[in-house]
Amino acid sequence: MIPELGNFALILALCMALVLSTLPMIGSLNNTPGWMALARPAAWGQFFFVALSFACLVQAFLTNDFSVHYVATHGNTRLPTIYKISAVWGAHEGSLLLWVLILSGWTVAVSRLSRNLPITVVSRVLAVMGLVAIGFISFLLFTSNPFERRFPVPLEGGDLNPLLQDFGLAVHPPMLYMGYVGMSVAFSFAIAALVGGKLDAAWARWSRPWTTVAWVFLTIGICLGSWWAYYELGWGGWWFWDPVENASFMPWLAGTALLHSLAVTEKRGAFKRWTVLLALLAFSLSLLGTFLVRSGVLTSVHAFASDPARGLFILIFLCLVIGGSLTLYAWRAPAVSSGGRFDLLSRETLLLCNNVLLVVITAFILLGTLAPLVYDALGWGKISVGFPWFTTMFVIFTPFLVLFMGMGPLARWKRQDPGDLARQLRLALILSVGTGILLALPLLHTGVSLPAGLAGALSVWLVTSLFQSLRQRLRNRRGLSGFLRDFRARGSGSYYGMLVAHFGVAVFIIGITFVTQFGVEKDVRLSPGQTLELAGREFRFDGVEATQGPNYRADRGTVHVYRDGAEVALLKPEKRTYLVQTKPMTEAGIDAGFTRDIYVSLGEALGGGDWSLRLYYKPFVRWIWLGGIIIAIGGLLAATDRRYRMKLPSRKPVAAGTPRKLATAKGS
Amino acid sequence: MARYLRYLAPLAIFIVLAVFLYRGLSLDPKVVPSPLVGKPMPAFTLTRLKDPDASISDADLRGKVSILNVWATWCVSCRAEHEMLLVLAEKGKTGIYGLNYKDERAPAQQWLRQLGDPYVANAFDDTGRVGIDWGVYGAPETFIIDKHGIIRHKHIGPLTEESLNEEILPLLARLQAAP
Repeated sequence: MIPELGNFALILALCMALVLSTLPMIGSLNNTPGWMALARPAAWGQFFFVALSFACLVQAFLTNDFSVHYVATHGNTRLPTIYKISAVWGAHEGSLLLWVLILSGWTVAVSRLSRNLPITVVSRVLAVMGLVAIGFISFLLFTSNPFERRFPVPLEGGDLNPLLQDFGLAVHPPMLYMGYVGMSVAFSFAIAALVGGKLDAAWARWSRPWTTVAWVFLTIGICLGSWWAYYELGWGGWWFWDPVENASFMPWLAGTALLHSLAVTEKRGAFKRWTVLLALLAFSLSLLGTFLVRSGVLTSVHAFASDPARGLFILIFLCLVIGGSLTLYAWRAPAVSSGGRFDLLSRETLLLCNNVLLVVITAFILLGTLAPLVYDALGWGKISVGFPWFTTMFVIFTPFLVLFMGMGPLARWKRQDPGDLARQLRLALILSVGTGILLALPLLHTGVSLPAGLAGALSVWLVTSLFQSLRQRLRNRRGLSGFLRDFRARGSGSYYGMLVAHFGVAVFIIGITFVTQFGVEKDVRLSPGQTLELAGREFRFDGVEATQGPNYRADRGTVHVYRDGAEVALLKPEKRTYLVQTKPMTEAGIDAGFTRDIYVSLGEALGGGDWSLRLYYKPFVRWIWLGGIIIAIGGLLAATDRRYRMKLPSRKPVAAGTPRKLATAKGS
Repeated sequence: MARYLRYLAPLAIFIVLAVFLYRGLSLDPKVVPSPLVGKPMPAFTLTRLKDPDASISDADLRGKVSILNVWATWCVSCRAEHEMLLVLAEKGKTGIYGLNYKDERAPAQQWLRQLGDPYVANAFDDTGRVGIDWGVYGAPETFIIDKHGIIRHKHIGPLTEESLNEEILPLLARLQAAP
C-alpha cells in the first residue's frame, strides 16, 4: 500500500511540475498576475509530493519491504539502520529520487527566499526549475520506477553494495547532488534573464548567493568522495580521474568560473554574455555528468546499473535542456550590451584570464573523459586516458591560474597602474622565489624536487599577496576592532570569503604536491612478528585475527609503528567479507596526522600466517581535504554576506497583508 | 552575420557532442576486441568428449570454414544459446566444433543427448588449458575460422537471432565463397 502511495505521490508531483513549468511562464510573458502567482504554491506542492514519495521509499527500506523490487535488490534485514536509509540512494532509482527531492527543495528555497524579487522573475525562474523537474520525474516514472513490485516476494534482500556501507559514502551523494542541482538555480536565473532580455547587475546579485551555496556543496561533496576513496579503497589514492569523478569536477570548475564572472557582472556590469554562458555551462555539465554515469557509455570504477534505454531518455532530455538553452542564448545574446569598459591591465582582465583558464581546463577534462568514446565512435579503436594526461594538463595550467589569483585581488577595477601593482607584488615575488629554491634543493629531503619548489613558490606567492591585499584594505583601520568592524560590514563577506577560499587553494597545492613528491609506499610480505623499516619508522606486523561485524566477517591485522623506539601508532587494517554480497572489502588502518598519514592496508593471506601488506607514508595528505574544507568555508562566508539578506535601502517597508504583487512591483 | 555566428558556436559544439553521445549509446565500452582476430588459430590437441580414447586437434578444423563454440554445462547462457546453435548448424552449412570448457564428461554428454547435438565433434578441455591459449574469458564464446586457419571473428556471449542473421551467417557465406 505505502509503495503505491509513493508512486501516486510521484505522479502528482509530476502534475505539479507540469503546472509550475507552464502557467507561471506564460503568465509572465503576457503579464497575467493570477497565473504568475501560481508559481509559489505549485513549487510547494511539487516539493510536498516528492518528499512524501521519498518518505515512502525510506519507509519501505526501514520495514524491509522486499515486495518492492528496488528494496529487494538493495536492502537487507541485517543492514544497520543508518545504511538502510542511505541504501535509498545506494543505486540508480533511489538516487534519482533523491536528485528530484533536492531539486524540489532548491525550488522551494528559491520561492521562499525571493520576496525581494519581481514576480515576473520569480515565476520564470521557478518555471524553468519546474521544467527540469518534469524531465527527471518522468525519467523516474517511465524508465526507473523505484516502487515497482516484485512477485514472488523474496525472504531476504540482495543487500547494499558493501562499498557503500560507509559513513563517508552515505553523505557523499546528497552533498554532491545539492551541488549539481543547486547549479540549476543559476541556470534558471540565466534562462529567466535571457527570456526577459534583462541581463543586469540585479540579475547577477540575485544569482550570486545561490551559485555560491551550490558551489560550496559541490566542493564538500567532491572532498568527501575523495576522502572516502582514500580510506576505503585501500591503495592510498585519493583521485582517479575516473569519468564519474570528472563528471563532478567539471561543474565545479565551471561553477568556479561562474562565481568570479558573476562578481564582475555585479560590480562592473561587464562580461554579461560570458557570465550567462557559464551559468548555462555549469548546469549543462551537471546534466552531462548524470548522463555519463547513468547511460554506461564509459567504463568507470563506479559500477552503476547502465541501460541504453535510460541513456537515450537522458540524452533526449539533455538535448532539450542544453540545446534549447543554447539556442535561446544564440538568439538573445547578440542584443545584450557589452557593459563596462576596462583597460588591458585591470582586475577585470585578470579575472577574465582565470575564467578562460578554468574553462580551458574544463574543456581538456571533458576531452579526456570523452576521448575513449570518440575514438570508439570513429572506429579508431579503444583507448584509455589516464593519470599522466590529466596530471600533465594540470601541471601546465595551475601555475598560471595561481599567478593571476595572486594579482587579481590587488588590482583595481577598470584600470591598474602596472608600476603600482609590481610594487605591491615585490614582496610576494621575493618570498615565493626564495621558498621555491629552498624547497627544490635537497635540504629538507633527498634529491632535487622541482615540483615541490614550484608548489611552495606558488603557495607563498598566493598567501603573501592575500596578506598584502588585506593590509591594503585595512590601511585606514586600526587594530583588531578596526578589522572586526570591517569584517562585519555589509559587502565584506565576499571579500573575506575570497581571502579564505584562496588561502584554501594554497593549502591544497601544498598537500597535493608533497604527497605525490615525498610519499613512500611499499608492497611487502610479512610474517607475524616481523618488522620493516619505511620512511624512518619501524612497522611491526603482529598477525591477523578473525572478527565478526553486524553483517560481515573480517580478518583484522595488527601493526605497531615505532619511531626511535617509541610507539607512535597502532593500526588495525581489516579485510571484510560481507555475508550477502561476498565481495572482499578493505578497511585501511590509518594514523592521521597534520603533517603525515601512516596508512596500512591488508592484502592477501599467503599461508603460514604470512600476509601481503601495503604500507604507505603520506606526508601532508590531509592538506588536500583541509584545503577543500577551507575553500568551502570561504564560499560559505561569501554566501552569507549581509547585503544579500538586507532589503535594498530604496524599498519602503511592506505592511503585513499587502499583496505581494504590489510589494514587488517597486523592486529593481 | 559573422556577429551572430559567434553566439551559435556553443550550440554547434553541443550538437557535435550530442552526436558522439548518441553513437556512444550503441557501443559497449567493455568489449575489447580479441587480439586473436586476424591471426592463425592456436594449436591444440585434446580428447574427444564422447570418446576419451580418440583425439581431436586444430588439424580437424583446417582446410575449410569452421566454427568453434566454447560451452559448458555450468553456464546458464550456454543453455539459452543452444537453440541458436541448432539453427546455425542447419543454416550455416559450416561444421560447428565444440570446446567443452572446464566441464565434466558425463553431464556434458547428457546435455547433448537431451538438448540435441549441433556439433560435428567436441574437444574436452577440463583443465581450461586450451581455453587460455584461445583467450577465452567466459563461456559462451564463438570463433569463426576461415579456410586458411585464420580466426576471422569472435563473438562473446550467447548467440542471438539478431547476431546470427546480421553477423554470423553473412560472414560465413562470404568466407565460404572466398578461395
